[in-house]
Amino acid sequence: MAATQEEIVSGLAEIVNEIAGIPTEDVQLEKSFTDDLDVDSLSMVEVVVAAEERFGVKIPDDDVKNLKTVGDATEYILKHQS
Amino acid sequence: MNATNDSVVVTGIGATTPLGGDSASTWEGLVAGRSGAALLNEEWAADMPVRIAARAAVEPGEIIPRPQARRLDRSAQFALIAAREAWADAGFSARAGEDASVNPDRLGAVVASGIGGVTTLLDQYDVLREKGVRRVSPHTVPMLMPNGPSANVGLEVNARAGVHTPVSACASGSEAVGYAIEMIRTGRADIVVAGGTEAAIHPLPIAAFGNMMAMSKNNEDPQGASRPFDVDRNGFVLGEGAGVIVLESAEHARRRGARIYAEAVGQGISADSHDIVQPEPSGNGIAHALQNLASRTDLDPAEIMHINAHATSTPQGDLAELKALRKVFGDDVEHMGISATKSMTGHLLGGAGGVETVATLLALHHRTAPPSINIDNLDPEADGDIVRDTARELPGEGRIAALNNSFGFGGHNVVLAFRTM
Repeated sequence: MAATQEEIVSGLAEIVNEIAGIPTEDVQLEKSFTDDLDVDSLSMVEVVVAAEERFGVKIPDDDVKNLKTVGDATEYILKHQS
Repeated sequence: MNATNDSVVVTGIGATTPLGGDSASTWEGLVAGRSGAALLNEEWAADMPVRIAARAAVEPGEIIPRPQARRLDRSAQFALIAAREAWADAGFSARAGEDASVNPDRLGAVVASGIGGVTTLLDQYDVLREKGVRRVSPHTVPMLMPNGPSANVGLEVNARAGVHTPVSACASGSEAVGYAIEMIRTGRADIVVAGGTEAAIHPLPIAAFGNMMAMSKNNEDPQGASRPFDVDRNGFVLGEGAGVIVLESAEHARRRGARIYAEAVGQGISADSHDIVQPEPSGNGIAHALQNLASRTDLDPAEIMHINAHATSTPQGDLAELKALRKVFGDDVEHMGISATKSMTGHLLGGAGGVETVATLLALHHRTAPPSINIDNLDPEADGDIVRDTARELPGEGRIAALNNSFGFGGHNVVLAFRTM
């Protein structure tokens, strides 16, 4: 079963909360991982690995740099999930 | 006030140890003669020949929020906790720059560990083997690098004059304090945050130290296992934690009206060049360090009233240290109350020099020598005035001095001297 946009955002919120300690309600589509959510480049790798496992997607390193916001990541996962 | 403007003083103290989560509770445990050792109850310990260790009294995860803690090796967590205490104790309200009394360009950090992020390294190897390459934490390298604790403390206080990490096994913490003294004395910094940290309670280091016959296997009596100078001592008990102090040029400390614990008189350093792990048994290597201390400083042996011995509870090392003290100080040894605080804290390896520097400074501050516990039968060859069983008052009047000795695998000998103002 593919996840809905809503499920992906709430899943990412839980991941970001675990890794960066940001409250889940602050993790919204327009938020930038680095500027708004305290996710630096190393922590972004953790977010990506956790998202891959949770949503059954592969996110190659070259694509990670394009995932600036929660919306970017949500869209990517929606498009690529199996 | 006898110190000149060239002199270096200590203005802040912090620790987290098997006896307490800060320097005050650690000191309370030390003067009470309390052991921090216990049986390891982790599953992995069940089959170990050594099943004793001195865990930190307060889990660092209770102090440092999880998002920060998960990217810090346990050794860096301890260092940060001790450094924050020392920094606040020195009277600073914020990091350098934000607190206008400290110029970041004139602030250094020198925090050492003996083994570095060994538990991170080993845990991540387990992740690699069990869960695959992709799951290895991207924080692994900054967590396992031995300079990680120093760098994290430097970041915390905004140190820009230099961040260093001398590594000399169990002498590392003291070497760090000595390095800090030199940084200030040579004009590179006005203030340096310095000390040692270690977190190596993990099956591999315990198996390895155990197989070297370096650790006590008195599993039936964890609190009695660390017994320096006792005739039945049979190895050290592994401890964990950190001790960190704030060193400052006397001039800078006075200018900002800081409370001064003691003067950091200087250090004596030598190398045994005898064996990679065995101490030079006559004590000549250690004596050389003590002589270097005596010849390079204006330390008066008549003022030395207390020595925090390295004394790890190994058969050879404890005696070599006492022989060296007698060799260098002669009859003056009779008034140097010698304490082996590892009988209570266990051996914190690279953290030992930090924690024992804290203990030495508090001994001067409170004019009280903590005891050596577990000496049921003093080794007849143990020559010197050993503070046994209970704490001892030091002279309440006049200037007194104290030494902190630290020696490490590799033949590193470091002696630090402090005295009241």
